[in-house]
Amino acid sequence: MTGTFRVAKAIIAREFLRFVHQRERFIAALVRPLVWLLIFAAGFRAALGLSIIPPYQTYITYETYIVPGLCAMVLLFNGMQSSLSLVYDREMGSMRLLLTSPFPRWWLLICRLFGATIISVLQVYTFLAIAAAFGITMPAWGYLAVLPSLILGGLMLGGLGLVLSSFIKQLENFAGVMNFVIFPMFFMSSALYPLWKMAESSPLLRDICALNPFTYAVELIRFSLYLQINWTALAWVTGSTLVFCALAIWGYDPARGLMKRKT
Amino acid sequence: MTTGLTVNNLSFHYGAKQALDNVAFDVAPGTFCALLGPNGAGKSTLIALLTRLLVAPQGEITVAGHDMRREPRRALGKLGVVFQQSTLDLNLSVRQNLAYFAALQGLPKSEVPGRIDAALDQLDMRHRAEEKARDLNGGHRRRTELARSLIHDPHVLLLDEPTVGLDAASRQGITDHVHELARTGLCVLWTTHLTDEVRDGDALVVLHKGQIIHRGTAGAARGDQSLSDWFLTRTGETA
Repeated sequence: MTGTFRVAKAIIAREFLRFVHQRERFIAALVRPLVWLLIFAAGFRAALGLSIIPPYQTYITYETYIVPGLCAMVLLFNGMQSSLSLVYDREMGSMRLLLTSPFPRWWLLICRLFGATIISVLQVYTFLAIAAAFGITMPAWGYLAVLPSLILGGLMLGGLGLVLSSFIKQLENFAGVMNFVIFPMFFMSSALYPLWKMAESSPLLRDICALNPFTYAVELIRFSLYLQINWTALAWVTGSTLVFCALAIWGYDPARGLMKRKT
Repeated sequence: MTTGLTVNNLSFHYGAKQALDNVAFDVAPGTFCALLGPNGAGKSTLIALLTRLLVAPQGEITVAGHDMRREPRRALGKLGVVFQQSTLDLNLSVRQNLAYFAALQGLPKSEVPGRIDAALDQLDMRHRAEEKARDLNGGHRRRTELARSLIHDPHVLLLDEPTVGLDAASRQGITDHVHELARTGLCVLWTTHLTDEVRDGDALVVLHKGQIIHRGTAGAARGDQSLSDWFLTRTGETA
């Protein structure tokens, strides 16, 4: 194994160890989507009628509809959690150790992104298993077919987290991310209601939702769970991942990035 | 000089605020060089530039003959660093912390256990290897960080105010040990604002308001005064 892969393995293993040491984070990451699935969805199933839309070929329950959105929600919160820990690491100093490694900085960041994504994906599968235990199941092969979509979605949202962490100066400022990034991204997407339903009340809102990369992460996951590929969603998520990663690498560039704004 | 540390015409500013102005000095192998400066002198900015956390628009840094701008990987690979702020993962054991760093340096897996044991032996920390960093006192955490900085056999060792927050005995122990490392051939740059950590034979660079105001040896600089009095006179600070 070359040094490049040894460093990747070490960074990913450390992310995993960090996660294992934070059991509360794991529980919180599961409780959040389960509350939506078992309480919110149960209340809304009567209020929201759903028509037959792709990839579904029959009428589905509201619980079934929101599962892909909740999978993406796990990825979204983990991406933000990961960037929060980056800001924390920077304030506490441990980020310096990573950034002074002789390996290229972009590689170190990508390794960290992969580490965070693997953890996100494991949490999504745990969530899917619990949902299945409550009778909300997907096609059997869908659980396997969704893996690449979860990884890509995890990379996209983790990449967004990296971008945010490179531009946020202090831990205290991170609370704003919740209000201005996570909630708008989640609610202005197809996670909780299909876009055609949104268009009934506001065509403008529907158009905004159609520009939200999170919408496409949700749809990519939704179609994959039903063994189909949504090419538009795939293009959006891939493109957004590349843009976010490029911005993060730029943000962490020592010549112009975060450390320069240190006072 | 090819194996020590060389800094030439280094300037850096945060927005309109000039942090370093045309800084130049060198440290030969086998030298303990104290970089003395009051708070706010620019020491931490200099360390950030030397470790490539920042890149200066102007100036040149050479580590063991490798230019930090042109060959950052080689230069960083020759550098051992102990930052002012602890960079240990408190949830990991001493050995796990060192192993993580060894991987970040790309050291071959087969060599890592031996290097970790050797570095811990050097700092008399081997018996604490399996303890979590969280359970160590401040002095032992510092020793762990020092051991970690030596795993990859660096040519240049940077220590940014490494004794901050330590008790007198731990300070003395760390200071003695790093002087010993310099005697064995390592090039050491030790930043501090505490004059009692500097010995007469040490090379001395005084940084004040972003500029080098003195270079030489500590003994020759202080003359008949204490280094503390000399330093306060030069920097215009009051004790």
